[in-house]
Amino acid sequence: MKIGHPKNFWGGVIFAALGALFAIIARGVAGGINVFGTPILTGYEMGTPARMGPGFFPFWLGVILAGLGIAISVTALGKAASDDGKLERFHWKPLFFVLGAIVLFGVLLKALGMVGAGMVLIVGAGLGAHDFSLKRSVLLGLFLVVFSALVFVIGLKLPIPLCPDLDAFQSIRLCRA
Amino acid sequence: METLHHLAEGFQIALTMQNIFYAFVGCMLGTLIGVLPGIGPVATIAMLLPATFVLHPVSALIMLAGIYYGAQYGGSTTAILVNLPGEVSSVVTCLDGYQMARKGQAGKALGIAALGSFFAGSVATVLIAGFAPPLAELALKFGPSDYFSLMVLGLIAAVVLAHGSLIKAIAMIILGLLLGLVGTDVNSGVARYSFNMPELIDGVGIGTVAMGVFGFSEIIRNLELGDAREVFTKGVSGLLPNWKDIKQSAGAVVRGTIIGSALGILPGGGPILGSFSAYTLEKKLAKDPSRFGKGAIEGVAAPESANNAAAQTSFIPLLTLGIPCTPTMALMIGAMIIHGIQPGPQIMTARPDLFWGMIASMWIGNFMLVILNLPLIGMWVKLLTVKYDYLFPAILIFCCVGVYSINNAPMDVLLAALFGFIGYAFIKFSMEPAPLLLGYVLGPMMEENLRRALLLSRGDAMVFIERPISRYLLIVALLLLVLVMAPAIKKKREEVFVEG
Repeated sequence: MKIGHPKNFWGGVIFAALGALFAIIARGVAGGINVFGTPILTGYEMGTPARMGPGFFPFWLGVILAGLGIAISVTALGKAASDDGKLERFHWKPLFFVLGAIVLFGVLLKALGMVGAGMVLIVGAGLGAHDFSLKRSVLLGLFLVVFSALVFVIGLKLPIPLCPDLDAFQSIRLCRA
Repeated sequence: METLHHLAEGFQIALTMQNIFYAFVGCMLGTLIGVLPGIGPVATIAMLLPATFVLHPVSALIMLAGIYYGAQYGGSTTAILVNLPGEVSSVVTCLDGYQMARKGQAGKALGIAALGSFFAGSVATVLIAGFAPPLAELALKFGPSDYFSLMVLGLIAAVVLAHGSLIKAIAMIILGLLLGLVGTDVNSGVARYSFNMPELIDGVGIGTVAMGVFGFSEIIRNLELGDAREVFTKGVSGLLPNWKDIKQSAGAVVRGTIIGSALGILPGGGPILGSFSAYTLEKKLAKDPSRFGKGAIEGVAAPESANNAAAQTSFIPLLTLGIPCTPTMALMIGAMIIHGIQPGPQIMTARPDLFWGMIASMWIGNFMLVILNLPLIGMWVKLLTVKYDYLFPAILIFCCVGVYSINNAPMDVLLAALFGFIGYAFIKFSMEPAPLLLGYVLGPMMEENLRRALLLSRGDAMVFIERPISRYLLIVALLLLVLVMAPAIKKKREEVFVEG
């Protein structure tokens, strides 16, 4: 079988899989599945149309989504191959560095404060750009961290940890804010 | 008369020093992000949600609205000078605007864009003041089944008018509805799709979704494409168009305003469709259509007026029905909820200060934008020359701090990264993500109204057809679907978006 429009075909598969996932979680499996002593997939109560349980609406939405996904995939099969249907390459480098840096920012924020985590974010994401320069990234990072601290923490008084979570920093007045 | 009275009150609220200041901040920020490619109003508003916590709700919404329509203004600047639309709604402005710039008429193009937008914005403000109250009054009579059908119609209309594949857009809406259901179900107290993670018990925040799908994925996309911009800064002088130009474009401005206002009210229409349609119309009406694409001043005036008018009037369904037409409006609903304001037809009676204050501030904001944009054009042009290598780290850190601050939850930052990945995959599979956010906001409301409607009818689904309002709304929705699938219209619809 030839896939005429791979983009739509795989897009449809993703929709169908997500729909099925939402529907299965809502409906549950009879008795649930035991994973390390905790039952999962126990489902939510379906109820009746007149007295809907928490599972009713998401289950049917999931079913509809799965149906639409299948329809998208099936129609993609019949189409003549075209350029705009070709799968595009995932550019893993910017994807990895940008998202990785964001995850690190989230993980490190409490421990390193915005100053530390912000530097990690900017230098890390910078590695994903075409021409990376360590000096430029560090300088830019310093500027942006100071700017963000001034605007968000001092100006708008948002409760963001500013300094690394170490005793040595507790003597600095700004870090205690 | 009553409207005038209300409008006067609105101006009183909007003209306080504080609110003028926040409207100004919003317009400035809006123009800034409109000028800068790679960041749009959705990500910016999501980023600034936590910053509005300290503000009075009216000031907060005035500022956020300013960002939205300010971005329409700023977007045209880049379209004209760099041939790169800062916002999608300025795509058509590129066609003739950039050509004017190349002929040394950049100033004239920018001037007519600003004046046309101001005219359109002023007309749209009056329209909102006139149309919104009767519409809200009608909506107050709606029962749960009518409301459910209204949301169905809203969502269908949103995807019918947007470009791209219809079935993919509907699938995207349903995915959005499902995402909106994550978290504790208000009726049963069951935490759905939360996987025992405390951060998910209250659901996924709208800021988290918006930032991931519209902010982070865009950054990755831009990094893979690389930075290839050629800024055209020569000839940015003589900003004021002369009489001949004004006479030549007056008709285009008026027609653009009418089209934009009408399409802005429709869900999903919004500024993008408005600008495309206005451009197409001008080209059809022109005595010499071949001038278009080569620097015709009407080709700038019409879409710029239309997108600004539509940006304003898309507030009508938001403020009267509580139904968002565009992702930005979905975020505005999120902002209202964060500030404890229940969106819906009761806003006008429950919070007249908010409603009329916002409307008045839009006119003031439009006035400010003309004043801001014309003399400050030199500054915006300078900003255009900032390299993306400097820009994206700034966007990233503001986004991350913004996501974290909404709930002070580091987990939200990780979730936003996940949504960034999802958004990037959407781009790769050519799946337009805008409907996702509309569904996301409407998910819980739709479920609630469906439940109530069926509870009242004892489970009889016929209630949606038996109640007249609900029936007509569903018929219109069905008609729209049938119409758009008809081959002739389907072709026309594709034409509008590839015009030029």
